[in-house]
Amino acid sequence: MWLTSKIKQIAMALRPGVVTLRYPFEPHPVPENFRGAPHWDHHKCVGCGACANHCSSRCILVRDLCQEIRVMLYDGSRCTYCGRCAEVCPEDAITMTDRFELATGQKEDITETLELFMLTCQRCGRCFDMENTNMLDRLDLRGYRYDSLETRSFIRKTTDQFDKEIFDKTVKYERPDKLGD
Amino acid sequence: MLSNIAKKMFPRSLWVYHCNSGACNGCDIEILNVLTPYYDIERFGMKQVASPRHADVMLISGAVTRPTLPLVKKAYDAMPSPKLVFAIGSCATGGGAWFDTYNVTGGADKVVPVDYYIPGCPPRPEAIIYGVALALGLVDKKAAPVEMKQMEFPMDMYEMNKAWEERNVIYKLLDN
Repeated sequence: MWLTSKIKQIAMALRPGVVTLRYPFEPHPVPENFRGAPHWDHHKCVGCGACANHCSSRCILVRDLCQEIRVMLYDGSRCTYCGRCAEVCPEDAITMTDRFELATGQKEDITETLELFMLTCQRCGRCFDMENTNMLDRLDLRGYRYDSLETRSFIRKTTDQFDKEIFDKTVKYERPDKLGD
Repeated sequence: MLSNIAKKMFPRSLWVYHCNSGACNGCDIEILNVLTPYYDIERFGMKQVASPRHADVMLISGAVTRPTLPLVKKAYDAMPSPKLVFAIGSCATGGGAWFDTYNVTGGADKVVPVDYYIPGCPPRPEAIIYGVALALGLVDKKAAPVEMKQMEFPMDMYEMNKAWEERNVIYKLLDN
């Protein structure tokens, strides 16, 4: 009597077959509108900073090394993949890719650095953006406000030459430890 | 004897303790989803346990809030070493959208040493399985820092200068 019930049970278990995904050994495609890691197209980007201004977790940072070079830094560790940066980008330079395999041992592996050449006036040789706005206007842009107070002094320096020291200091910025111990 | 056999038979069967440190339950649902028959993570020998004293791995979800901060530390200390810590979700990896608010520590790595980060809001169950497989050494790491430079400038200034020079060359005529 118990044997027939067991056989029935096996037959019931065999009917649906194997439903388990063989994921890490076989790739599994993502759904169509999936938002994975954002990707910047450095040929299309004009450096307006709209993505930094609209980033909800403020993970896109803007810094000007000199008049011509602006660096956009994307810190993927706290990105919520909301896709607002891709939505507001006027040049469609940001696309949400389907990459989701971002697990890593170091936080630096999910960062993106974009070095942009800002357009200069062909007569005077200065940047258009620098002429129109001053430093206080720039601070309205949310990406300029750094997390660390120590690196905040390096936000903006209008130097004519590319300053390697500022670049080295700001590229390894660190967030403040609020824990205290 | 038996322990040696067990060591060979179960080399990497990690027991998992799930620690919610103020998450919105999005990551928690995905962690539970991983344990379902569809994404069956028990084929790697993993099992969810209720007590940190039985666990090898702690899965932290959520930015560590101030009320949960001593509890997370206690749970970490209660785990027998060697122990691994996985930070699951954007909140645990870097603090998420609350990285600088007053009541949040801003990431699990400021409280306990984190070995693996799994970003995502929430991460897909596949992403969690990928992180686990990365810890077990089944897959290769795919994430790498990206650095891009605008090598092609948006204006063709150099070509224009070149054309301007060619237009204004007068010595070519004198050579002929």
